[in-house]
Amino acid sequence: MSSIKKLTQKRLFLPIFSMILVMLINVVYDIATGSAPLGFFMISIKNGVLYGRLIDILNRGSEIAILAIGMTLVVSASGGTDISVGSVMSLYAGVCCMILAGYGNVNVQQYAHPLLVGIGAGLLVTLICGMFNGFLVAYMNIQPMVATLILWSAGRAVGLLLCNSQIVYVRVPSFQKLGGYCGIIPTPIIVAAVCVAIASIVLRYTALGTYIQSVGINKKASRIAGFNSSKIILMCYAICGLCAGLAGMVATSRIYSADTNNIGLNMELDAILSVALGGNSLGGGKFSLAGSIIGAYTIQAITTTLYALGVSSAQAPVFKAIVVIIIVVIQAEPAKAFFKKLTKKSGKEAARA
Amino acid sequence: MEAGVVLKMQGICMTFPGVKALEGVDLTLKKGEIRALMGENGAGKSTLIKCLTGVNKFEAGEIYLEGFDHPIVNKDTMDAQKKGISTVYQEVNLCPNLSVAENLYIGREPLTKLGTVNRKAMNRQAAALMKQLELDIDVTRNLEEYSLALQQMIAIARAVDMDCKVLILDEPTSSLDDREVEKLFTMMRRLKEKGVGIIFVTHFLEQVYAVCDGITVLRNGKLVGEYDIADLPRVKLVAAMMGKDFDDLASIKPETTGDKRKEPMVIEARGLSHAGTIKPFDLDIHKGEVIGLTGLLGSGRSELARAIYGADRAQTGTLKVKGQEVKVKNPIDAMHLGMGLLPDDRKAEGIIADLSVRENIILAVQAKQGILKKIPMAKQCEIADKYIDLLQIKCASRETLIKQLSGGNQQKVILARWLATNPDFLILDEPTRGIDIGTKTEIQKLVLKLADEGKSLIFISSEIEEMLRTCNRMAVLRDGQKVGEIDEQDMNQMNVMKAIAGGDK
Repeated sequence: MSSIKKLTQKRLFLPIFSMILVMLINVVYDIATGSAPLGFFMISIKNGVLYGRLIDILNRGSEIAILAIGMTLVVSASGGTDISVGSVMSLYAGVCCMILAGYGNVNVQQYAHPLLVGIGAGLLVTLICGMFNGFLVAYMNIQPMVATLILWSAGRAVGLLLCNSQIVYVRVPSFQKLGGYCGIIPTPIIVAAVCVAIASIVLRYTALGTYIQSVGINKKASRIAGFNSSKIILMCYAICGLCAGLAGMVATSRIYSADTNNIGLNMELDAILSVALGGNSLGGGKFSLAGSIIGAYTIQAITTTLYALGVSSAQAPVFKAIVVIIIVVIQAEPAKAFFKKLTKKSGKEAARA
Repeated sequence: MEAGVVLKMQGICMTFPGVKALEGVDLTLKKGEIRALMGENGAGKSTLIKCLTGVNKFEAGEIYLEGFDHPIVNKDTMDAQKKGISTVYQEVNLCPNLSVAENLYIGREPLTKLGTVNRKAMNRQAAALMKQLELDIDVTRNLEEYSLALQQMIAIARAVDMDCKVLILDEPTSSLDDREVEKLFTMMRRLKEKGVGIIFVTHFLEQVYAVCDGITVLRNGKLVGEYDIADLPRVKLVAAMMGKDFDDLASIKPETTGDKRKEPMVIEARGLSHAGTIKPFDLDIHKGEVIGLTGLLGSGRSELARAIYGADRAQTGTLKVKGQEVKVKNPIDAMHLGMGLLPDDRKAEGIIADLSVRENIILAVQAKQGILKKIPMAKQCEIADKYIDLLQIKCASRETLIKQLSGGNQQKVILARWLATNPDFLILDEPTRGIDIGTKTEIQKLVLKLADEGKSLIFISSEIEEMLRTCNRMAVLRDGQKVGEIDEQDMNQMNVMKAIAGGDK
């Protein structure tokens, strides 16, 4: 009893529980339809690359996971969300492909500039976007949602302009590599893993985590204690912008084109949701990066599961919404209190009996 | 109830979690009397008023109101208003974009037979009300077109029109200039003639003596006394508010501390100021010296310290630290110069509520080291344990969240945060507020010990007794200005109070 209690009080219990719940749905479905009960977890090698639903989730979830890193920091430090990330991803696509293809070209077989220049320029632009958001929030005291609303609408539009309002294809194998496979492993998984690893190492070995949480909990007190609160907030938004760029990099290479109208569309909502699903308060303060990452893959797992269940892409959002509502509600304070009461009662009754 | 008394509160008690906010407070208000409700911050003035208007639920005591033969309890402010108790707050709670008449009758508009608002009748009634109160106001114009003072008076008119017997004015004058205040007083006197009882909450002593008939003084949630204005001259009022009869603990300071002014100068401020909070001031602080800043609330004592520390960036003047001229733009600059500030508002500017005791303690050390040099966990625990032990911080473990600690222990954690940085110059702003008497003495002793070790301190407190016990020198502030200093040999209760009140009036 007490060990169960200890387990349920762990911070990451609910995010992991939600993840397992989604997996269970898969198992039940597989059993019900008569296919292999653990088909969900099966990984095989087909056509020389890893194949399986799990791999698919990890692969497709890369962008959300990368975005979730930046979003977690922004939410923690400023108690607000950066809704421009999806649009900034698309801006990355526009900048990168325009440079690689040369302005005006829509379908190229070779680079106009080296690959690294394209990627570097794209990431630089997204970093600047993040700093712009951060400046508005930290120094102009504009509400995060309003401040990032500017790039939410403008980012995609600028990307479109850079591409001359067309879809620019860069059909060069080395460009597709980032969204394709590295050996047998899908490259996006590696990119996401590297991003998460870097973020974890930075949080582990520098005081950044303490700074961000302190500023997020009490901006005024943090300033008195010697933190430059505004600078910290600016930095978080800058990192978030960079993450959006990295996510854009993966998304662009995946389709080896700058489809600015669709890249990162509504992705900001998934990123915000990952943070919430990870058990982090959207009001800022304490955060768990691991929670957000688990949240990100949970969202992807829901989507993939729904497709596997044969739900059409038009109906999927409805089911996704239902699952999300359930997960968010079990993590809500009143629900937690209710469960606590319930377990207490049953414990008492057991004691009486 | 005696004749002529409109409101009688008896033995009101009320507790907030962990704090006794009110302990058996009485208040008697006669018909046509203006009674000042005085007390320092945290004395319980607003709590008492909230008990009266039904915002807070009191636990014991009775409230009698004229016209009721039994004790009344108000469920909420609406209920209080119906019974004839109206409140006007510091901020005008009206709608600036509606007309004066609309504001006066909002929620109780005269209606036509069809059920729509009868504007004609409303404007006519409003104009009549304004005329009755001798206010020269066009009721059809928007409220925002009138000055703050007039808006305040319209708010009062609205309150009075609702058949009010008791009018509560909660710091109505804080944002008014002298002329506007005078206008407000004229109106108060007029209401007084009509037999309305007025409770007037203010921090300005002048105003109390200009308009009030009686004074009720609270301190630390207890009633100090109910006085007629004639029986309580200014100095006595200040004494009553600050607690002259403070429990006299044994002296903890040696008789004389020797002249610290021969020691090297640590802080040398010349003409520092911050617009709106503190006028230009000079201040010298020597090594090992404890300087007390005294003055009433809002006199600029905290603001002076904050200007030195860079919490509010000084806009004029120069600051020398240990003989070197420095620019302090931010607290972190001050910290690198060896300063520290324990702010008076513990909750808003001191604690990081959701972080642990350990994290709260190491915060300032970490800030000084910079973001890249994380203090290793073992070292963090060592620092935390050292100060938990040294200051006897009562907490379940160093990983307990600071918000779960009592006020006194939270204060010790913040104190530990600064001691851990080993500062040369420490500003303590109300370090003992809301702390039990034992811990108070501990903190006072700590101040003397630090000074003994050659650290310089600024000590700010509302309790004069406490400052007399710890300070080598005191600077007196009034209305955002440093008005003088008191040397150790002249430091006594009477002199300090006189200096605070401004002359022998």
